[in-house]
Amino acid sequence: MHYSTRAGPVYAIDNVSFELAEGESMGLVGESGCGKTSIASSLLKLLPDNAEIKAGHIYFNGIDLVPLSEVEIRQYRWRNISMVFQAAMNSLNPVYKVGDQIYEAMETHLGVHSYQQARERITQLFEMVGLDPKMMDRYPHEYSGGMRQRAVIAMALSCNPDLVIADEPTTALDVIVQDALIQELKILQEQIGMTMIYISHDIAVIAEVSDKIGIMYAGQLVEMGSSEAIFHEPVHHYTAALMAAFPSVTGPKRELSALGGEPPNLLNPPTGCRFHPRCPAATDICRTQVPPFTEHGDGHYAACWHPVARFDNGE
Amino acid sequence: MASNQPLIKVSGLRKHFPLNQGLLRRTTSFVHAVDGIDFEIERGQSLALVGESGSGKTTTGKMLVRLLDPTDGHIQLNLNDNSVDVATLRGSSLKKFRRNVQMIFQDPYESLNPRRTIFDTVAEPLQVQGIGNVLEREERVAEILALVGLSPPTSYMFRFPHELSGGQRQRIAIARALVIEPDFVVADEPTSMLDVSIRTGIMKLMQDLADRLGVTYLYITHDLAVARYMASHIAVMYKGKIVEMGEMERVLHNPEHAYTKELLAAVPIPDPRHKREHARFKNRA
Repeated sequence: MHYSTRAGPVYAIDNVSFELAEGESMGLVGESGCGKTSIASSLLKLLPDNAEIKAGHIYFNGIDLVPLSEVEIRQYRWRNISMVFQAAMNSLNPVYKVGDQIYEAMETHLGVHSYQQARERITQLFEMVGLDPKMMDRYPHEYSGGMRQRAVIAMALSCNPDLVIADEPTTALDVIVQDALIQELKILQEQIGMTMIYISHDIAVIAEVSDKIGIMYAGQLVEMGSSEAIFHEPVHHYTAALMAAFPSVTGPKRELSALGGEPPNLLNPPTGCRFHPRCPAATDICRTQVPPFTEHGDGHYAACWHPVARFDNGE
Repeated sequence: MASNQPLIKVSGLRKHFPLNQGLLRRTTSFVHAVDGIDFEIERGQSLALVGESGSGKTTTGKMLVRLLDPTDGHIQLNLNDNSVDVATLRGSSLKKFRRNVQMIFQDPYESLNPRRTIFDTVAEPLQVQGIGNVLEREERVAEILALVGLSPPTSYMFRFPHELSGGQRQRIAIARALVIEPDFVVADEPTSMLDVSIRTGIMKLMQDLADRLGVTYLYITHDLAVARYMASHIAVMYKGKIVEMGEMERVLHNPEHAYTKELLAAVPIPDPRHKREHARFKNRA
């Protein structure tokens, strides 16, 4: 997928492949501008006018979403794939009661026309996400930040989607509220077998909610594997550097190691492996040839010419 | 020399913001943003002020550098030769005080004037304080830019903020705060807007400069993990009050106040193995 800009095409997502089974939850981690949100919007084809999916396929239950028209894709949105956005404040309409907004989503996408029936469903949803059902007759400004985010999650679940994409849903929230919401999401995953893609820049949050994790760097997926494998046996040097850069409140206070340099400009990405200018293990091959995405263990893939030696925890 | 005095001693500090309501915008009540706090910071022992949004961290920080006037209380600043009550400074003595105390803001996209070059921005405190002539200032700016890791300095000096990345901008903000060699710096969430890989670099830079230039920080953050690396002491704020304060590792490992415990339990742990223990604990409860 690329964005056309006045400065030339920006290859926001470059050759990314992954699959997700029903009931699984996947975390996508990466820094700002690495293409996390672009992937999410591509899956729903909620792209701005200057963006275009250049090549590739998005198979959803065996159907390729890429060639579908706007009208055709609309029947997948909400009913099959729904999305929770980062700014809950902006995803609710301030002049409608929250319950009515959820009703509208259900009316449009599920064809629910009984207001009574919708209210029963909303009551159920609010209880599920830990909100008082009375709140459905309130306006968004009467909600706190955490409550708004819960309401948006309730809305995303209203049409029983097969897949929920959560784009940094807790980033703007305080730790205690964030923790409550994460526990809630985990319970929902267990109870209704929700399939989820969780996007965040915070590896600690991702560790809590995901079965498997994809690490993105400069528009590419550089490593993918189970949460266990990613955290304890990282293969790509970027993953290892992320782990080492992350401060922790528990355990021994280890020395943090900083990663030099800055993420590349995608207008003009580095040749070969895009991480090579910042990589401690880079050699000539990294500068000239793009590393293949190969398997390094059961379901654990990474694109690196010089994988981090196993079992040293990437330190 | 006031050597056995703490660098900063805050006592009974309060800030109440008036709430103006109704047709005539009369003051109906007050928001007690900071409600009577006391703490001390020893020279060289940075203090981390943590708490959630709205707990009064930033208000406290702004009062310490007198960007806000306290409603009540004292802020005693003890420098080598004299000691002043920051809360009541005015006019020229307030200006003199700013030579010793500076602030670093959260958002490097908003704290730098987009129409001034990096040189103008970093040299401004020198100019305001009347330090050196143009040439000496230029030399000083080049020196501090090199110190914050922007080298060669000449390639940055005459650029504008929009040409720099977030991490580079925050380095400029740090350079501006440290160029006059203050004794005390209030850093208000200086890394929360930055990406993980950049954030660690800025944290290390700030620690390094603290050692090198003898700066003591009040480090405001909502992130306990960051606090742990940036300060030796911690004060936990909740609703305008300090609920727990002490040596960092002691507070993190043996929190006494219920709020501190709750805050610590809510911090996500970057380890999937930890997840199961956490979940098990939740189920039992």
